[in-house]
Amino acid sequence: MPSQPDAPELLRRLCEAHGISGREEAVRAILLEAIRDRVDACRIDSMGNLIAFKKGTGASRLRVLAAAHMDEVGLVITGAEDSGTLRFAKVGGIDDRVLPARMVLIGARRVPGVIGIKPVHLLERGERDRVPEARQLSIDVGASSRAEAERLAPRGETAMFASEFLTSAGGTAGTGVVQAKALDDRVGCAILVGLLAERFEFDFVAAFTVQEEVGLRGARVAAWAEKPDAALVLECTGANEVPSKRDVSPSTRLGHGPALTVRDPSFVADPRLVEAFSRAGSESGIPYQVKQPTIGGTDAGSIHRVREGVPSLTIAVPARYIHSPVSMMDLSDFHHTAALAREGLTRLPGALGERGAGT
Amino acid sequence: METAALLKELAESPGPSGYEEGIRSVVRARCAPFAQEVRVDALGSCIAYLPANDPAAPAAARPSLMLTAHMDEIALMVTQVEKGFLRVTQVGGFDPRVLFGQPVIVHGTRPVPGLVVSVPPHFTDPSEREKPVPLEKLFVDLGLAPSEVESLVRVGDLVTLRPRYTELAGGYAACKSLDDRAGIASLLLCLQELSRRTREWDVYVVAMVQEEVGARGAVAAAFGVAPAAAVAVDATFGSQPGLSSFESMKMDGGPAIAQGPNFHPRLFDRLLESAKAIECPHQVEIMPAESGTDAWAIQVSRGGVPCSLVSIPVRFMHTPVETVCLRDVERTARLLAELAARLPREFADSLEVRDALATGRP
Repeated sequence: MPSQPDAPELLRRLCEAHGISGREEAVRAILLEAIRDRVDACRIDSMGNLIAFKKGTGASRLRVLAAAHMDEVGLVITGAEDSGTLRFAKVGGIDDRVLPARMVLIGARRVPGVIGIKPVHLLERGERDRVPEARQLSIDVGASSRAEAERLAPRGETAMFASEFLTSAGGTAGTGVVQAKALDDRVGCAILVGLLAERFEFDFVAAFTVQEEVGLRGARVAAWAEKPDAALVLECTGANEVPSKRDVSPSTRLGHGPALTVRDPSFVADPRLVEAFSRAGSESGIPYQVKQPTIGGTDAGSIHRVREGVPSLTIAVPARYIHSPVSMMDLSDFHHTAALAREGLTRLPGALGERGAGT
Repeated sequence: METAALLKELAESPGPSGYEEGIRSVVRARCAPFAQEVRVDALGSCIAYLPANDPAAPAAARPSLMLTAHMDEIALMVTQVEKGFLRVTQVGGFDPRVLFGQPVIVHGTRPVPGLVVSVPPHFTDPSEREKPVPLEKLFVDLGLAPSEVESLVRVGDLVTLRPRYTELAGGYAACKSLDDRAGIASLLLCLQELSRRTREWDVYVVAMVQEEVGARGAVAAAFGVAPAAAVAVDATFGSQPGLSSFESMKMDGGPAIAQGPNFHPRLFDRLLESAKAIECPHQVEIMPAESGTDAWAIQVSRGGVPCSLVSIPVRFMHTPVETVCLRDVERTARLLAELAARLPREFADSLEVRDALATGRP
């Protein structure tokens, strides 16, 4: 392999961690260790959200929430066959077509397995034109009996894709390209950890949320409990740039900076926040792009309608092939998203007035 | 040689058909300590020679046994560079359905990691997700600016699956190209064992090129070696969900010894006897016609070469997660070593067909 530029070590550890929706504990443990020394208080709520508090300087009376989700899409074991192969179901939105011929790691013990497919030589007529459904596929862990399979991978264990975290040279800014699983949304988590090193004028709440991929569920209870005046969601969003004969909106592009979400199917961003973050980008020389308002849905979809409503904005690192075993991003976008989050948040009190939603 | 470490090194090395240099250098180095001579023929097959060492055997009358496996792997090749994305074609036979979203290495001016594209479900509607994406729409993405890609990659560059050798439970392992690196591993283990035993026959261990594009390396190497008999080692379909016991061989059931017109009946019998002699689990695979292996080409080399085929059961063949039982690799090595070390010189004569019609010239 060619020379490998440094990727932030925390991001690597987060991406390699196992955190299928509902089983985020391994990711949470890494985050807890990373933030412990830089926050004034933190707690874990009943769903598993990790919520950290950092007091402001007192110059602003606002209480601002920033959220990133810990969970990733993956699989859950539904049982074993007599032959020792395991059956599974999907957790979160995964295209069945990415499943065949994949390596997975099951449970906290990271038991390796492979999702097989018939050899091309033995396909029946027409089989090549059909997509094998997830419920027809199975995982082979090397077990030769049901008992052995159940011992290695009990029912209910979650399985993640086994993908190495790889950084290669080049990219738009020459800072490197990352290929890894779960960039959605470990990039947001890593950026949020960085923000906790700051002390803003306002009181700052960081929520590392659970169960985003199964319906934006953790963020809802976290926001209800924390009563924020405004919210920033740090995400990873799709970039669909594969050449195509017809005009397909790419949504976002790699190397063009953080994507500001003006609206998506889950929410409409507060225009004051869009303005504040746009200005932060322009004035600080941080490139950014506006996400084409077509696809997606983030924790902002939950947070903005908690209690009497929370003005919200999502900014996201663009990545290709999200919700598959390996996604791809330009490292410059990651760094620019972190920078824009910091600059934009700094400008929030001026943009919102003193009581956010109320004034 | 430790089997898992050997197999990992072999399986993770690149070697698309016709471009086997990566894997050949590994095979060559692994052969060297045990062979008297290692050479590479004009098409690139690697030939290790281990002469008979039985002091009673006169050099002039020594028959030779050729043991082969193929070292090439199926791969992709760049056909066009388009807006920084690469269009590709096949070198050997993939089911395009296994390529969607897979990690690969593009062998440009330097090796560059890339991904076969997939489309996130956010961008597709349900009907689109019911259709496999054909090869002509499967671009390879390096994540680099178009100008960067142009400077690194050109038409004709090769693309191999990004390897990730993984040990499973129960002595199984998964990786790309275990077809036929498992066979190569068994031959190297066999060579090591043979180097310590007494042999009446000369032995050639040959790592063939270009099997996946039509057994081309075997045509040349069989002519060059001109053996008295040959055994090819390849991968066969291992039992897996969706395959009946009639079209697959049992995993962990030992080497599958092939029977059919491609194979010499006396050599077949001899392999069964060898397996029994060392109590090696084995199974018999029926191959009604073309075996789809190097044995098909070797059999008709020069004036005909008595041939056999021993296959290692591999699950999920021609995918990035080919799966093998390491015990089957070791058993195959032991079986071949037993065969080669115990062949009496006169066995070569017994391979001639001598029934009533063959006694006189027409």
